[in-house]
Amino acid sequence: MQVTLRIFRYNPEIGRTKPTFDSYNLEVEPTDRILDLMEEVKAYHDGTLSFRRSCAHGVCGSDAMRINGSNKLACKVLVQDVSSPITLEPLLGLRVIKDLIVDMEPFMESYRSILPYMVNDDIPEDGKERLQSPEERARFDDTTKCILCAACTTSCPSFWSNGEYVGPAAIVNAHRFIFDSRDKAASERLEILNQRKGVWACRTAFNCTEACPREIHVTQAIAEVKRAVFSGSLE
Amino acid sequence: MSNQHQYEVVIVGGGGAGLMAALYASRGAKTAVLSKLYPTRSHTGAAQGGIGAALGNQEEDNTGWHTFDTVKGSDYLGDQDAIEFMCQEAIPVVYELEHMGLPFSRAADGRIAQRRFGGHTNNDTKQPVLRSCYAADRTGHMILQTLYQQCIKNEVTFYDEFQVLDLLVVNGSSAGVVAVELATGELHTFHAKSVIFATGGHGRVWEVTSNAYAYTGDGVAITLRKGIPAEDMEFFQFHPTGIFKLGILITEGVRGEGGVLLNNDGERFMERYAPTVKDLASRDVVSRSMYLEVRDGRGINGKNYMNLDVRPETVNKYAESDGRVLPDGTPYRVTGDDILEKLPDIIDFCRTYLGVDPLEQMMPVQPTAHYAMGGIPTNMAGEVLVDDKNTVMPGLYAAGEVACVSVHGANRLGTNSLLDLVVFGKQAGLRAAEFAQGSDFVSLPGDAESYTHQQIDQFMNGSGKEETADLAKEMKSIMMEHVGVFRTEEGMTQAREKIAELKERFKDVGLEDKGKVFNTEMLDAWELGCLLDVAEVTAVSAVARKESRGAHAREDFPKRDDDNWMKHTLAWMRDGKVDLGYKPVSVTKFEPQERVY
Repeated sequence: MQVTLRIFRYNPEIGRTKPTFDSYNLEVEPTDRILDLMEEVKAYHDGTLSFRRSCAHGVCGSDAMRINGSNKLACKVLVQDVSSPITLEPLLGLRVIKDLIVDMEPFMESYRSILPYMVNDDIPEDGKERLQSPEERARFDDTTKCILCAACTTSCPSFWSNGEYVGPAAIVNAHRFIFDSRDKAASERLEILNQRKGVWACRTAFNCTEACPREIHVTQAIAEVKRAVFSGSLE
Repeated sequence: MSNQHQYEVVIVGGGGAGLMAALYASRGAKTAVLSKLYPTRSHTGAAQGGIGAALGNQEEDNTGWHTFDTVKGSDYLGDQDAIEFMCQEAIPVVYELEHMGLPFSRAADGRIAQRRFGGHTNNDTKQPVLRSCYAADRTGHMILQTLYQQCIKNEVTFYDEFQVLDLLVVNGSSAGVVAVELATGELHTFHAKSVIFATGGHGRVWEVTSNAYAYTGDGVAITLRKGIPAEDMEFFQFHPTGIFKLGILITEGVRGEGGVLLNNDGERFMERYAPTVKDLASRDVVSRSMYLEVRDGRGINGKNYMNLDVRPETVNKYAESDGRVLPDGTPYRVTGDDILEKLPDIIDFCRTYLGVDPLEQMMPVQPTAHYAMGGIPTNMAGEVLVDDKNTVMPGLYAAGEVACVSVHGANRLGTNSLLDLVVFGKQAGLRAAEFAQGSDFVSLPGDAESYTHQQIDQFMNGSGKEETADLAKEMKSIMMEHVGVFRTEEGMTQAREKIAELKERFKDVGLEDKGKVFNTEMLDAWELGCLLDVAEVTAVSAVARKESRGAHAREDFPKRDDDNWMKHTLAWMRDGKVDLGYKPVSVTKFEPQERVY
């Protein structure tokens, strides 16, 4: 079948400072990934097209972008899932460096700000594992799936209007530790997320949940963190 | 030279091995990690089924059994001292990962849950044993995330999206690396006392692969170009269950949980090839069996794939006929929810890419290029070895898939890759820091970046008569056909000649993108250069080995030949050709036996 791929182009290095779209008509299979089409364009139509990608099956998070206006991973969307013309644009709310590549640093900085690591230096005397029941483990399972692709944060209207907001992905990662029965720094994280840049910036738009390629219930996780901040309890 | 950096230890690669090395090296030395991807995007994150350790949480197990299984799995080409060390270290290192916060799945008593995996057995009963410690079917993701989190906690220095293009060697010692910063195109020289390569594998040599785009053999190619040999490159693992055509991995955990492979007659054919452990034979055995089924006309609908069936009714039917019981003696039975809980990601992959729901339909699978048993030769300390006498290159280390210790020999067991990268990543990190503490910086030559400039100029000034993508396609196709699951003298020779031709044509690759900012076209071309070097060394090593062992299966030499070939291959790139040498296998406890599953 034939489709048209419209790709956002921007490259100040060669004076291409006004964002434009380039269109490519391609002969494709309905089961091709959008990423396959981008590779085709880069290989045979325009070698200067730039984008990030690695695993090509939705687990590394490199190729998050807007596909027909929605945040998706290009390797997880098939041609048959979208209508032509297929429009590809960089994530919103982060500085575009070139074509579909955005500056990830502010996103990573927000992630680092919520203490995204286990805090608990006590280990059992026998040196073995700390015990955790399957129920305790299930409590935070959903938020362990995050691959830091930024699809959620860059779909969030609150993030667009307030770049200081840590955003859904950082809160998801805080949730992963706050509700882990082994961790001891929940109160520090809740304090961080009680600040202006924290959870109260969330207006429950639900965009994040729709955007997550890992199907994490992001809005629910944020609500659980809000409740914990408000009540001071993890129950 | 505008961008100069000095660190005691520089680690190239931010996957599991690189991050584990970073955690240990940074405790004793000023350390930096250079990664061509953001570290959390490394291919470790794609590992699914688990990390092997004889914890014995749910049934009897011990490190001796794990050691023997790994030696047997390696088809007796693994170095037994290193294997024993790894299997012993497995237990404390899995606990260490738990202490770091890794969210392992849990058994009812709160201990780390374990599942069955191919080739891992109770050595007394010969039956599969629960040895793979897992976090659903995203164990690699959890290891990568946990190690990265710990690196943030410990304030490890990262240079993200820096592509290393050259290793600096001065008077036989490692002295640093040269890298390009992808965002700016600027070159950076990193002067170091110790360099650790943890750059991963090279599955992108083949057409159907489970490997990420980034898996282009950079570490092996860079070191080959500096006169360092590559070990056992003919041994590349084809995982039996990649999604048909796409190659995306479907974990062996599917069969560990009771899934079975079926041919076009609906027959569970592994019963014929491996009567004792059946679908849980080691990967080389299963991939070859699938190939033979297709060759004999039993591929599904006449095509070159098999069905993988994990529907609860199928699992329960075979669990009943096998008499499979839980550790408490009750019959093993599963529901759809059990499968969904234990294998959520692969169910998602099948729904996304195939429109197939594994709880209700069978998955079409074929062998997919998956893992490099071979790589940069190292010893158990992660030190790089430059010859057949195991001479160490001062200051150079390698760990993870890029390295060949060798703990996997001719065929790796599932769950042993994640184990390898944490165990030997740790060793390399410790030793690199120790070495740095006891030595001075080697002076860099004035023209440290000259070879890197030469490489970049070649692309910038290339005639453009050839396209990177075309050459890559031709390489993948010929390697898939002739240096894949089954091999012949004629086919491998043809592949060797074709790769040599492609290397010539590669000199005429040019670039449309002449810019510096995220010039990913140049990166693709450079990576293809690495893949071609690696493919050539693979084909030359393979055609020379006149026997069948592990993943190297020849139709013209179908038997293992311990008298002549129980030895490691070493391959050097010298003056545009590949020279081969050999070195002995370390045998401590286990004399080679016939390998049956």
